[in-house]
Amino acid sequence: MRARTLLAAGAVVLAGIVPAAAQETPVRGGTLNFSIAAEPPTYDCHASSTFAVIQRVAPHYSTVLKYEPHKYPNVVGDLAQSWTISPDNLAYTVKLHPNVQFHDGSILTSSDVKASYERIANPPAGINSARRDSMVKLASIETPDPLTVVFRLKEVDVAFLNNLASPWNCIYSAAKLKENPDFPARNVLGTGPFKFTGHVAGSHWTGERFENYFRKGHPYLDGFRAITMSTSATLNALAGKQVDAEFRGFSPPERDRLVRDLGKDAQVFEEPWLLHMLVTFNNEKPPFNDARVRRALSLAIDRWGGSASLGRISLLRNVGGILPPGSPYAATEEELVKLPGFGKDMAANRAEARRLLKEAGQENLSFTLANRTIAPYTANGIFLIDQWRQIGVKVDHQQLELAAYFSSMSSGNYEVIVDSFTDYSPDPNTGVIKYISTDRSPQAFSRHTDRKLDELFDLQAKTTDKVERRKLVRQLEARAMEQAYAVPFLYWHRIVVLNKRVHGWSMSPFHMIYQDLGDVWLSPAS
Amino acid sequence: MTDLASPARPAARPAYRPRSRVVTFVTMQPLGTAGLAIILLMAFAGIFAEWVSPYDPVINDFVAMLSPPSLEHPLGTDAFGRDILSRLIYGARTALAIGFISSFVGCTLGAAVGIASAYFGGRTDLLIQRFLEILLSFPIIVLALVVVAILGRNLVLGIDVNLICAIAVPIVPRVARVIRSSALSIREMPYIDAARAAGYSAPRIIFRHMAPNVSAPYLIMLTAYVAQAILLEASLSFLGLGVSEPLPAWGLMLSGSSSDFYREAPWMILFPGLAISLAVFAFNLFGDSLRDWLDPRLKT
Repeated sequence: MRARTLLAAGAVVLAGIVPAAAQETPVRGGTLNFSIAAEPPTYDCHASSTFAVIQRVAPHYSTVLKYEPHKYPNVVGDLAQSWTISPDNLAYTVKLHPNVQFHDGSILTSSDVKASYERIANPPAGINSARRDSMVKLASIETPDPLTVVFRLKEVDVAFLNNLASPWNCIYSAAKLKENPDFPARNVLGTGPFKFTGHVAGSHWTGERFENYFRKGHPYLDGFRAITMSTSATLNALAGKQVDAEFRGFSPPERDRLVRDLGKDAQVFEEPWLLHMLVTFNNEKPPFNDARVRRALSLAIDRWGGSASLGRISLLRNVGGILPPGSPYAATEEELVKLPGFGKDMAANRAEARRLLKEAGQENLSFTLANRTIAPYTANGIFLIDQWRQIGVKVDHQQLELAAYFSSMSSGNYEVIVDSFTDYSPDPNTGVIKYISTDRSPQAFSRHTDRKLDELFDLQAKTTDKVERRKLVRQLEARAMEQAYAVPFLYWHRIVVLNKRVHGWSMSPFHMIYQDLGDVWLSPAS
Repeated sequence: MTDLASPARPAARPAYRPRSRVVTFVTMQPLGTAGLAIILLMAFAGIFAEWVSPYDPVINDFVAMLSPPSLEHPLGTDAFGRDILSRLIYGARTALAIGFISSFVGCTLGAAVGIASAYFGGRTDLLIQRFLEILLSFPIIVLALVVVAILGRNLVLGIDVNLICAIAVPIVPRVARVIRSSALSIREMPYIDAARAAGYSAPRIIFRHMAPNVSAPYLIMLTAYVAQAILLEASLSFLGLGVSEPLPAWGLMLSGSSSDFYREAPWMILFPGLAISLAVFAFNLFGDSLRDWLDPRLKT
């Protein structure tokens, strides 16, 4: 299987260089300059789901657990010194490291962990928790002593450890949250390796080494500077060695250009990405409240053709269903092609799409496709519009800046929107939340309610038998694709190019983990 | 016999045939004529794009992606296999439509403000001029960026009205200043005094008697600002704030994937760049010639 091979391979490809971080002795000092292509709409990890936030704030925060560097998806402790799981899988007891300090000098205790997780699970009025749905099985959080936290679940959640390792679940100060529950939206106070020193909107974000960081000897860097710049500017800056890194990813032609320009100073990492593009229909706006219209628009998309062609010019590459191709609960290619919109006979698909539109009285359908302005969203939009043109649908392309885009998406001010989703784990519990009912998942922007989908979601989440769980996920996927409230397009292929002087960074299939920079160090510039 | 010779007739003078203005313009202003020819060619291509262009400019053809110039695709194709020549032809429509409309709106509003400011004078003139100075203190691209960022997009008949506003707004103060200076001298003319004495209303004097007398600088600026508007539209599209993909626009063709492939497919940036340069050059040539043609001082 091509897809399975892709994810399993997870290969690190280097431009003639072998990663030798483990063997080399880290050097202290230096400032890492890296670029980010978008501005953060908030500083709050809990409220956000964009790299524009997490790649800036991750160096300032700690999480309870984290993914082990270079060994994804193994989980190790971050604030947790150790943890145990009760035999019935309903209690997770975490022992915290002692004397962990916040950047203001206050000591972290179990109540900070409790306050942070309660904010995620039950956000106060006016506070947005983007991953509230991942905590629905959390019954209570107990703090028997300042260094012990007990998470008690209502029922088994086979992915709960992933929640504790989520980079989004930053631990905030309970005292600050008590004063102002929205404190993290405009302030940065964590226990991470770097102290926040400033943010100039549109220009840069900076941090300096936190000398009292609880992992002794870390971080190695004196500080970091995240510079806001477009992808084209990043290419020039990396080639000209003005920045050392960009952690999100480049397209194949961009990679080739950088390798050519940087020569022996380039290191290239490639891996299939857990990130995928979706087409999300606003189910509250006619005619997108009609399943026939949604299914017709999904049927018209040639995903396999898109994979072959867009894969040459953009980060978009692999065809997948609601879960990343090759992951344990993902559909195989044989299963995928049976789903509406994934068949390879495009003439038949388009004929069926036209029939459905005619049946729905939407032969002259036209609508506005909302989208972002950055790569590969634009390429995605151009491709989709061309696909829909082939069944006689006229589409206006509305490209929005990040804040306006998220505002449109969350307020429902769109007809059809190009959405994307990635998670720190391909587990269905966190991986399919874009497809369940909107009242169950704040990240499901399709504004639909489908209790059958929710029921299947809940059922699979507590099924410990893997074969049985896989069957349930298939049923969920079939239902989601038949109804087509939101449909997957293509999965990304991550290509990261760093300057050779950057060491200790871990490549992963998810661009929002391993970004605390605690292990990163710089060799002297050549 | 008296030889009554018939009186000698003077030799017949050739009949006076005034040379047509067009012929005179062509003879006197060859560069301007060349500019006009280019403009007319672009306008023709834009208006009849459906018939002139060899391909649909938005159709993706991944088999032909990044093809170099050939008989099949004379100017090559882009990363989506779209024909560059067709996109340039349709792009001419976008550039000229937005360029002409923005320039017309900006120059007309500017002229109205400039004449009114000169006519009323006093405190009104003072206030208007200070406000215009504030607008003039912003570079033209910055002001356009601010307007487009505030207004967003608003498509009417396929044309972004807010983009037109964004381009027209920076033109207004510049035109108003020039027109005001012309209008100040016209205001002192006896026929304006006569009109006042006859009890004509201010709008009638402004629009009936003053406006026609500033038409020469107005026309010159209208032409010059079309070039500026085309350049501004291209800049805004390049920055992602103008026309959106997949609509063909010259500035947009220079941005996005063009920069990724500038080595492998230089035709992706070469031809749109040439089209923008040629259009701006043509309008500037024509504008300069028009100024020479209409200015009596330069005629002598």
